[in-house]
Amino acid sequence: MLELKNITYEVTENGVTKRILDNVSLTVDGHFTAITGPNGGGKSTLAKIIAGIITPTSGQIILDGVDITGLNVTERAKAGIGFAFQQPVRFKGVTVHDLISLAKGKPLTTADACKYLSEVGLCARDYVSREVNASLSGGELKRIEIATVLARGVKLSVFDEPEAGIDLWSFQSLIAVFERMSREIQGHILIISHQERILSIADKIVVIAEGKLTGVGTNEEMLPHLLKSSSCPTLTEKMN
Amino acid sequence: MDKIELNILKEIAGLHKIPEGAYNIRVNGQAEARNSSANVEIVQKTDKPGIDIIIKPNTKNESVHIPVILSKSGITESVYNDFYIGENADVVIVAGCGIHNCGTEVSRHDGIHAFHVGKNAKILYVEKHYGEGTGESNNVMNPTTEITLEEGAHMEMQTTQIKGIASTVRVTKATAGAGATLLVRENIMTHGNQFAETDFTVDLNGEGASADIVSRSVAKENSRQNFLSRMNGNAPCHGHTECDAILMDNAVVSAIPELTAANVDAELVHEAAIGKIAGEQLTKLMTLGLTEKEAEEVIVSGFLK
Repeated sequence: MLELKNITYEVTENGVTKRILDNVSLTVDGHFTAITGPNGGGKSTLAKIIAGIITPTSGQIILDGVDITGLNVTERAKAGIGFAFQQPVRFKGVTVHDLISLAKGKPLTTADACKYLSEVGLCARDYVSREVNASLSGGELKRIEIATVLARGVKLSVFDEPEAGIDLWSFQSLIAVFERMSREIQGHILIISHQERILSIADKIVVIAEGKLTGVGTNEEMLPHLLKSSSCPTLTEKMN
Repeated sequence: MDKIELNILKEIAGLHKIPEGAYNIRVNGQAEARNSSANVEIVQKTDKPGIDIIIKPNTKNESVHIPVILSKSGITESVYNDFYIGENADVVIVAGCGIHNCGTEVSRHDGIHAFHVGKNAKILYVEKHYGEGTGESNNVMNPTTEITLEEGAHMEMQTTQIKGIASTVRVTKATAGAGATLLVRENIMTHGNQFAETDFTVDLNGEGASADIVSRSVAKENSRQNFLSRMNGNAPCHGHTECDAILMDNAVVSAIPELTAANVDAELVHEAAIGKIAGEQLTKLMTLGLTEKEAEEVIVSGFLK
């Protein structure tokens, strides 16, 4: 459904050109695909390139056989791409209800909004009239961000590190949200994550490191290798 | 009232018809309709244009509407309205001025409102300024609000100017006694070549007095805005002023705070932020399928809500 062909992205700072992504080609065809890899490896950049927020230096993005490389953020959203930010954006005066209605593309009743908010473990009655501003905690903002993507109900939903910056308690319920989503959601999910529990519910795992695609496989193929390479030798020795 | 005047009444006071309770509707310099109620007396001043609004002590859950409409081009007026709010009263006062100017002359309304808020009384004062018509570049409003809060009194002032006023200088002066609280929420949007200045002076004179003044504004095109706030803490008190402005196009916004603490237990804070719409806010809304222009409108209308 989504095909990335030879995506390269370079930035030039102080006369020095740095390659953030180097000729990455990837096909997202499964129901639940996870991208993982070390910090600074280019994962979030790739997600932003898919959503149209960043324009690649070269390469092509094909959605259901149509070249969408030249489409802007709005056009890609309309073409069926949803995007959940790693750091949700705050708005003064815009309520949770406003934001979910905008995501759905029509005014929603509280009962309608409840459908999406309850999916992410929030009670609509407590949240619909709240402003999406700094009065909400990181975990709450993250869940509202995910609810906006659910409300869109598009064919490809991209989540950029949903676990980043939230507390442990919120994390447990967030995992449950994604487990449920993987069972119930229509359409395809592409998620960037470091979390073993999220990776373990993916059908396909993609590893990106230092701007390059370094591995692709099913979770059975990839997980044992990933867990081995990332664990601390001293700790492994002590635990055994 | 004709259609134009009724439409203005709706814009400034949210009224579709003559309100219930006490009211005074002023149209083109004349009293169009007036009604006193058992607890709210409205009296014409004899020495100058304007009215006295006298609210009896312990009056609860009543509202007073005093809209002003200018629908003829070229009217210039200064109106003095004095509000006497009795002890323990709890009322809503809705003022507002709307100008429909289809001529080429200056239409100007200067409302000078004085509030004497008695002990432990509570008021919500809503003021909306609005202009329309082909001659809106000549619409001028210079409201002055003087507020005296006695011990334990509470006043919330919501003031809005979204459209159609070419020039405004709004002056608000308040003194707060012991335990009195003042809350101000101001929303302003300017465009074209409009000019808007807000000038607050608050004296926190009694122990435990507090004031919270928050101004949110959007300045578009070639418009200019000044926000001045002076807060004097003369007793153990809390004061907070905030100016939050979105800047667009070639507009200019100045925020000039002045805090003076004359008591070691006075806590005064000022915050000011002026800047364009955050790019990430636009991007987020665009990922929901909005165009950049639609995203901008959502952000601005939410900000001024």
